[in-house]
Amino acid sequence: MNISLFYLVAFLSIFFSLLVIFSKNPVHSILYLIITFFTFTIHYILLNAQFLAIVNFIVYMGAILVLFLFVLMLLNLNKDSEPLKSNLLKIIGVIGGMCLLVTLVGSTKALHLSNPVVLQTQNLGLVKNLGKVLFSEFLLPFEVSSILLLSAMVGAVLLAKREPNNV
Amino acid sequence: MELALIIEKFILITVVFALSLVVAMYSTLAERKIAAFLQDRVGPNRAGPGGMFQPLADGAKMFFKEEIIPEQASKFLFIAGPSLAILTACTGSAVIPWGDAIAVAGRIVDLQVTDINVGILYIFGVVSLGVYGVMIGGWASNNKFSLMGAIRAASQNISYEIPMGLSIIALLLVTNTLSLKEITAQQHGWHWNVLYQPLGFLLFMICSFAETNRTPFDLPECETELVGGYHTEYSSMKLGFYLFAEYINMFISSAVMATLYFGGYNYPGMDWVNNLLGPLWGPLIGVAVLFLKIFVFIFFFMWVRWTVPRFRYDQLMNLGWKVLIPLAIANIVITGIWITISDKL
Repeated sequence: MNISLFYLVAFLSIFFSLLVIFSKNPVHSILYLIITFFTFTIHYILLNAQFLAIVNFIVYMGAILVLFLFVLMLLNLNKDSEPLKSNLLKIIGVIGGMCLLVTLVGSTKALHLSNPVVLQTQNLGLVKNLGKVLFSEFLLPFEVSSILLLSAMVGAVLLAKREPNNV
Repeated sequence: MELALIIEKFILITVVFALSLVVAMYSTLAERKIAAFLQDRVGPNRAGPGGMFQPLADGAKMFFKEEIIPEQASKFLFIAGPSLAILTACTGSAVIPWGDAIAVAGRIVDLQVTDINVGILYIFGVVSLGVYGVMIGGWASNNKFSLMGAIRAASQNISYEIPMGLSIIALLLVTNTLSLKEITAQQHGWHWNVLYQPLGFLLFMICSFAETNRTPFDLPECETELVGGYHTEYSSMKLGFYLFAEYINMFISSAVMATLYFGGYNYPGMDWVNNLLGPLWGPLIGVAVLFLKIFVFIFFFMWVRWTVPRFRYDQLMNLGWKVLIPLAIANIVITGIWITISDKL
């Protein structure tokens, strides 16, 4: 039951992520991306990671993709107004994609399919256990990543802020 | 046993679903009646005694109106918009504990559809998803006014989700759990969270006004600037769905406010009443009390709508980012200090 459900959801994730790439309209692309993230949420629930599932739901589906959609709607891109991409950008894109592919293939080779990792505690994904682990064992990485996010936010505000004499 | 559980949940879901629809339906009448009361008029009184059948008449009118899908609109998304709006509005009720457990025919029945241990976050997620219905519908209409309404809805929702989340964090510091069932159980009698989190409640309430697009924050459908906002192009029952989703959202957010801050089904003297009436009727009184609280909140929503004028857009953003977020952060800090001190004592 669980295995077939997993294959169904995995198929849907791959299907919708392909649609993200191949759809002509950028707004449709984003909408497919939303569905893709929703299938990820189902994956997390299947893994009994309720907290991660709901955070993925709120942060990615509820906030980040709303902003994506917001920007795309504001620009209202369509076939006529889409800027032509230069060949250099296309080449850079191809090289970047290839690098990602190599990394992915390399990481799947490192997997030991015959010896899968088994979760030691089934309830690790519940918010109580996750919180305890985050705030004791992984306290330093947790705090460092929070500073990283804060600095990124401050940087973005600083870049967006106009010089006072230009107003 | 398993079958009984499924039947029990099925009945509960059906009842909750039907109740939220009926409450939303009669909220439309209540809105007009309260508007009339506040403006010293009579209000709708032709359909049935005191206008009782007005919502039915309105519904029938909506169904029989001509349905227009604009030529240039994206057809699928144009239909998906209102469907999504009403879908997200209806899913929020799943984690709200409507009452204490009741004993029926030897079984203990929880009056809550599901008690997931991230209950608050689930509600928060559903609320944040609610904006997609407005955005998709506004964009698919292929109309400048609709698009502006959709963009306003998106930026407003994103902005007000932040103070809402921060006010919930302060509440979680007090309750130590994310499960709505446990939060309600902790507020037994008169230990309502609003007594410990008055500022948090105020912030949460302001944000729920913004999240449900109610006046004074109804800028996405601001008719003085945007014709009809995101639903300018909509007609017939699709428009009805949008308007209906707003009333369901109002009902759900009233229920959430009552549960999180006003004790849910708890009321002073409930132990005495429960002993008097037994394990079936005692909790049902609690359900009635919860609904009374919800109706008070719905009345408050309407009272504000017919009293306070709409904000200007820059005022809305200034209020969200420069007033509510600093206040919410201050609330977290004060709550943290208070908890540390009271633990040490």
